Amino acid sequence: MKPARFDYLRADSAEEAVLLLAQYGEDARILAGGQSLMAVLNMRFARPRALIDISRTPDLDFVRIENNHLVVGAATTQASVEWRKTLAEEVPLLALAFPHLGHFQTRNRGTVCGSIAHADPSAELPLVLVALGGSVVLRSSRCRRTLPAEEFFQGMLLTARQPDELIEAVRFPLRDAAFGYGFREVAMRHGDFALVAVAAVRNGKEAHLAVGGVADRPVATKLSGPQDEALNEFARSLAAQDDHHASAKYRRHLVRTLGKQLLA
Amino acid sequence: MKQDLHVPYVGRPLERFEDASLLTGRGRYADDLGAKPGTLHAAVLRSPYAHAELVSIEFSKALELPGVRTVVTGADAKAWAAPFVVGVKQPMEHWCIAVDRVRYVGEPVAVVVAEDRYAAEDALDAVKVEYRALPAVVDPEAAAAESAPVLHERVKSNVVSDRHFVYGDPDNAFERAAHRVKLKVRYPRNSCTPIECFVVLAEHSPGDGSYDVFSNFQGPFALHPVMSLALKLPGSKLRLRMPRDSGGSFGIKQGVFPYVVLMCLAARKARAPVKWVQDRLEHLLNSTSATNRVTTIEAAVERDGRITALSYDQLDDCGGYLRAPEPATLYRMHGALTGAYDIQHLKVRNRVVLTNKMPAGLNRGFGGPQVYYALERLVQRIAIELKLDPIEVYQRNFIRGFPYRAPAGALIDSGDYLAGMNLAADEGGLSELVSRRDKARAQGRLYGIGYAAIVEPSISNMGYISTVLTVPERAKAGPKNGAIASATVAVDALGSVSVNIDSVPQGQGHATVCAQVVADALGLKPSDIAVNVELDTQKDAWSIAAGNYSSRFAGAVAGSVHLAAMKIRSKLARLAASQSSTPEKDIVFADGKVSGLPFNRLAGTFHWAPGTVSEPGLRETVQWTPQELAAPDEQERINSSLAYGFAFDICGLEIDRNTGKVSIDRYITAHDAGRLLNPALADGQIRGAFAQSLGAALMEEFAYSAEGALLSGTFADYLPPTAMEVPEPVILHMQTPSPFTPLGAKGLGEGNSMSTPVCIANAIADALGDAVQPEDIVLPLTPSKIVGLLGVPDPESKSPLKAAPGLAMAAAVDLSAPPEAVYRVLLDPVQLAKVIPGCHALERIADNRYRADVTLGVGLIKARYAAEVELSELDPPRSLRLSGRGAGPLGTAEGSGRLTLEPLDGGTRLTYDYRVAVGGKIAAVGARMLEGAAKIVLAQLFQQLGRQARGDARPSFWKRVLKR
Repeated sequence: MKPARFDYLRADSAEEAVLLLAQYGEDARILAGGQSLMAVLNMRFARPRALIDISRTPDLDFVRIENNHLVVGAATTQASVEWRKTLAEEVPLLALAFPHLGHFQTRNRGTVCGSIAHADPSAELPLVLVALGGSVVLRSSRCRRTLPAEEFFQGMLLTARQPDELIEAVRFPLRDAAFGYGFREVAMRHGDFALVAVAAVRNGKEAHLAVGGVADRPVATKLSGPQDEALNEFARSLAAQDDHHASAKYRRHLVRTLGKQLLA
Repeated sequence: MKQDLHVPYVGRPLERFEDASLLTGRGRYADDLGAKPGTLHAAVLRSPYAHAELVSIEFSKALELPGVRTVVTGADAKAWAAPFVVGVKQPMEHWCIAVDRVRYVGEPVAVVVAEDRYAAEDALDAVKVEYRALPAVVDPEAAAAESAPVLHERVKSNVVSDRHFVYGDPDNAFERAAHRVKLKVRYPRNSCTPIECFVVLAEHSPGDGSYDVFSNFQGPFALHPVMSLALKLPGSKLRLRMPRDSGGSFGIKQGVFPYVVLMCLAARKARAPVKWVQDRLEHLLNSTSATNRVTTIEAAVERDGRITALSYDQLDDCGGYLRAPEPATLYRMHGALTGAYDIQHLKVRNRVVLTNKMPAGLNRGFGGPQVYYALERLVQRIAIELKLDPIEVYQRNFIRGFPYRAPAGALIDSGDYLAGMNLAADEGGLSELVSRRDKARAQGRLYGIGYAAIVEPSISNMGYISTVLTVPERAKAGPKNGAIASATVAVDALGSVSVNIDSVPQGQGHATVCAQVVADALGLKPSDIAVNVELDTQKDAWSIAAGNYSSRFAGAVAGSVHLAAMKIRSKLARLAASQSSTPEKDIVFADGKVSGLPFNRLAGTFHWAPGTVSEPGLRETVQWTPQELAAPDEQERINSSLAYGFAFDICGLEIDRNTGKVSIDRYITAHDAGRLLNPALADGQIRGAFAQSLGAALMEEFAYSAEGALLSGTFADYLPPTAMEVPEPVILHMQTPSPFTPLGAKGLGEGNSMSTPVCIANAIADALGDAVQPEDIVLPLTPSKIVGLLGVPDPESKSPLKAAPGLAMAAAVDLSAPPEAVYRVLLDPVQLAKVIPGCHALERIADNRYRADVTLGVGLIKARYAAEVELSELDPPRSLRLSGRGAGPLGTAEGSGRLTLEPLDGGTRLTYDYRVAVGGKIAAVGARMLEGAAKIVLAQLFQQLGRQARGDARPSFWKRVLKR
């Protein structure tokens, strides 16, 4: 469990980070909190030629309210968002999801954007971003573009990020007073990746449900028609698979029951 | 008298002396201790195959890499070592490293020795191993079948031991029984996972051919001869030293011994000291685990619930090799198979089967969890089938009158089982749990109560393992028995006391208890006593029973310390009597004085004026073995342990119908472990065993694929509970001293490993009720499994087109090129190379067979494979089969899919099914990702196939086709 040799490069600014990315492209990986990357490196599942460390890049460490969004920079840890005093009013769904996200020790190191970049289908932050219809700001030396979360996540650990792009920030829409928010998760242990996580956003007229841990990416849907049937159609559409922790049937069951609890 | 007024330290909940250094980061663990300058570091190349022939190992490229000193393979083992001795008489060989064949994923195949661990791991990739894969077998019953692939060919079967035992007249009892209650259970593979993994530091001395090894080995030291014989050395030339502190073991560190031998060979070949520190991946893949066992158990029962006979059919799965001390798991409980019950008739069939999994070995509870899972599930079934309260079944069957000779030979030393059960029920509040259950059930909630009564053996009879041999085989081998423990107490010239023991503690606090014991014997304070728990086989007293296992410390080791201290005491008393007018028998040791004489002055006399004492020297070593532990007799009776404690557990829990999650309402555990030497440490042992067993009951399992790949190679997939998942149990004690141990103490560290898994399973079975088949209560009872047992509805989709395909691993894709064009791409190696995702090179071996160099991966995870690709079952342009198999540093991958092409609007509808199997490291870590990865790779493949086939229109291609 020792990583293969790599070059370590520390970016002092976002600009430097994207220039380094442009230079190394696919051979480089961004190191932020390292909560997924270091394990992958130590197990030699990835052998990038260079790591570009942005964990001490000042202009990437920010949380700000901008155009009705909570915008979180690439170097910002999960803990510093979690402990934001106004988070429950700003993005209630995030506040509900954080306690499920690893452990406070991992949240002290792990970054919000890092979790989004890793795109684990069972992770909570990608699910919240999809449930809220948030977006991802990608920056390269060529341009800056913003992608809706549903376009950004493309599959198991796969995203629309190009090799020379840095996830500069993610944008969570602020609370809409007309809506209520809910989050439920079942994991084997406290802090584990979700077997199934469900986020709900609803007002009197409509309900949106998003599910993580079942399909190869978080999936959101607007429910319509009779609730039980709609939930079952949604659960069935996610093509759940068996693994040694949980059967596909169990995952469908959780989508239905957690969904029902959230919509009750 | 003053001595009588003195409250003994033994029995007090003293804080641990060990903690001050451990809690301030000053522990001295194996990896912390310095290595000599010039020490090299080892990395182990492991088999990605569960079963394969080793065709060749080529490592010349590895030797060329910077910092690499040498590579060790099975050839070196053959030259310098011998296979390990095996516990049954069968023609099978187990070496410290694979020779000719691998039999489980993770088996060592080569060791790279380099100047640091990074360089060593870099070089692993440069060692090229050619395997010829063989069919693997994982399930014990399948492995026992005649048609199964055989692991050790010369044995001609995977069943390496099959023994029948009859005690009393069980057939008659079954015939006459009013009821027969039968149950088949499966106990899974799991282990108690220590925080600290294996460490070996080995040095070879070419002058005399000896080895000096420093390792966190925990014993039993019966393995020292096993290691010496494997190294073809007299035992005196294998010096084994153990560190003071341990990051836990729970039996697991017994499994380091093959690596001691392997690293000795590495040090010899490298001509330098070699250090190897096992990492977590290696640990979970290849340390050891409890055996998994299939048991069919049956009871002959009277109308009132009294059990008259028991029958066990046990099939114990020891993995790829029968590694010492296996098949001991199957025999550790043998004398006490009738448990806490007075049952006179017993029938046993014991089979040991080998499968393509990591070798089994010591693990907390060792044999107990497997036996009691069958026996205590059966007691619940008896209560249900006879419509009795389980408490009544216990009352009718408990042993009453001690010592009690069980039919298979256990001499149960002492106890009061009824009182133990009543303690749990009354003090623990059983009636409250029963009313909570009534209330919950009335509300339609799933609440259950489970029980378990267990006899907890401690201080193993070293002869019990020989029960596996037949009577004539045993006669030929000579008797094996006893449980020899060693302890030394010494007093120096200043009167300060030091103690050495052979128990090699792994965090239990033995030093504290030894200090308490010696302080009482010599009238001193525990803080006056220095206890050194490091063991050096060249300098310290030890014998084959030494080590940290079978809960031997309190009964045997602390007892030996007491005996050694009492020898010192009588020498001092004799001198004190000679210096005063007090008779020797009236000499009092208290408060640092010996009948008024200062202890240190009296002790100093033995050093400063040895001529004045009758027997010089104040260093006493006691090697004690109990007389009650005889070898198995001609009727195959064996008193398998010296002391037998008792535990009665009650668990009340509730199951969430929606999630299948279990929440423990209350867990009551009442213990009788004889005299408690330190109740605080006793409670710590109970809490630890309880936590680990809660994991075994609800979460933990070494899961293997059908091909033998371990799927739980990290703590993301192998799930020990954390503090958040473990409730505080209600711990109760009673103390019935053992008449057979010097201090009356018995072991208690393994009781909950034996009682808790089945107690929780019984509570879950009670909560789920009659609808669930008893055989379906299989550990670990995960939420998914429980919801499966609840039989929740899983309606199909109303719109089948949108739904996931019924056969999960099949799909269709539409390509714009016609079938003929698509088919041609597949048959053309140049184009095929472009279609296979991540293909760097494709080289033809035969018609439609290619050697390929491919990188496959998902997201940032990438693995390079040397692969073979084959097209078969050709039916142009309608269908074919595309198969590939490859191996690389991250493991093996194998896949096969049938492709069917149908014309569709000028293009092609390609339907396919596929099967993917992944082995080695990537399977152990990335199980959760595999399905997604396969899909992505296939999607890339078909996308590229479509693109390439559309390109058919390009003239260059047509020209090439026409030229053929």
